[in-house]
Amino acid sequence: MSESPSQPSGAPRRTALDALHRALGATMTDFAGWDMPLRYASEREEHQAVRTRAGLFDLSHMGEIAVTGPQAGALLDHALVGHLSALAVGRARYTMICAADGGILDDLIVYRLGDQEFMIVANASNAQVVLDAVTERATGFDAAVRDDRDAYALLAVQGPESPGILKSLTDADLDGLKYYAGLPGTVAGVPALIARTGYTGEDGFELFVAPADAERLWQALTEAGAAAGLVPCGLSCRDTLRLEAGMPLYGHELTTALTPFDAGLGRVVKFDKPGEFVGREALGAAAEKAAATPPRKLVGLVAQGRRVPRAGYPVTDASGAVIGEVTSGAPSPTLGVPIAMAYVDAAHAAPGTAGVAVDIRGAQEPHEVVALPFYKRER
Amino acid sequence: MSINPEQLRYSKEHEWLSAPEGGVATVGITSHAADALGDVVFVQLPEVGATVSAGETCGELESTKSVSDLYSPVSGEVTEINQDVVDDPSLVNSAPFEGGWLFKVRESAESADLLTAAEYDAFIAG
Repeated sequence: MSESPSQPSGAPRRTALDALHRALGATMTDFAGWDMPLRYASEREEHQAVRTRAGLFDLSHMGEIAVTGPQAGALLDHALVGHLSALAVGRARYTMICAADGGILDDLIVYRLGDQEFMIVANASNAQVVLDAVTERATGFDAAVRDDRDAYALLAVQGPESPGILKSLTDADLDGLKYYAGLPGTVAGVPALIARTGYTGEDGFELFVAPADAERLWQALTEAGAAAGLVPCGLSCRDTLRLEAGMPLYGHELTTALTPFDAGLGRVVKFDKPGEFVGREALGAAAEKAAATPPRKLVGLVAQGRRVPRAGYPVTDASGAVIGEVTSGAPSPTLGVPIAMAYVDAAHAAPGTAGVAVDIRGAQEPHEVVALPFYKRER
Repeated sequence: MSINPEQLRYSKEHEWLSAPEGGVATVGITSHAADALGDVVFVQLPEVGATVSAGETCGELESTKSVSDLYSPVSGEVTEINQDVVDDPSLVNSAPFEGGWLFKVRESAESADLLTAAEYDAFIAG
């Protein structure tokens, strides 16, 4: 999970669902200044529930920022690396915000809620940084930036049974709601922004609601999902689900020291959009450099043994020389073996490269280099 | 009421030690430790015949979120390891004081500074 919570010290913040988590017996953990459920019982069972049935998450720590006004789209084109003014109303886009030197400040999902209304969803650990940067970059634009972190609770229903569960609670046209789309609706009588997004590698929905409605919605989803095997899920399984799906996590695969090109995600940078944007020059150079002399590449590693490669462990070649570093690692519930994501030198990044090992506390443990993701759902 | 069995003794590293039978005592980790680890997926235990020393590492426990050293609460020679827990590490979570025991030791010295169940209760309430 994120290693550098930016929240000031002090008592952790609690979500609108805090009392409910405690009543369910959750093990809580401090995450980016929030007291969040780590797991309710077995994190491996929660993981399997999302892969095969459905899981219910409280993600209220995520940071919502509203951008509105006639030049809201133009501001986002300038402040972020994506071409957000081209986004259709009702659609969402995965994008990033970079510093002037091209370093990644955060990865984001941006929803276009109206012609002049967007919502940025930032990682909890970076929400303040993103809010400050977008606010600063708004100078000269006819657009307003609003901190909406306290305006929403965020619940996610993820897993193959999630469409059926949600359908029983809403009249919204879920069949017409594509992946990375969002529409306003009512779920269990609660006004919600219903988005078909997630961070698990499964079909699923994220529901942005008023905090005062969160408990009622949680209970309704729990009841509606009971027959389908929905269980409450914590951040521990969210991490193993996204790792299997090959999705990056800020603070691990993404940092201010890396550009989107270093992370293999250069496609999010839209050089051909109108106007100037923060980081353009540095990112242009990063793109050329990545093409000419490939930097370390983000790869998947599958352990041949049972010891688990963890973030920060060195990756080595057959001679024992360090060729990279693990960014995330965990025992994979779906594959049944330990897996990791790692940045490794381009010469060793091809799937099947021989001799690659992870230095697990002093012992070279052999690993197979594989293409990401480790897991892809059947559609 | 304590969930930590009265008849066991405890280390501050959260291992438990049974009263020796014929000089051989059983070692495991406490339910408090197992709960903190989450789902245990791999246990690396000392080999039968190996010598372990009180307070020193003799193996490791891998869970979803972390890896933890296993410390021996006692000095002596390992006489048996729990193959069931090697094959199914989830026993550490489901039955830490029973089927999830880890290894047995022929004690070479009395282990001095272990805690009683009541003392361990107070220690983890901390």
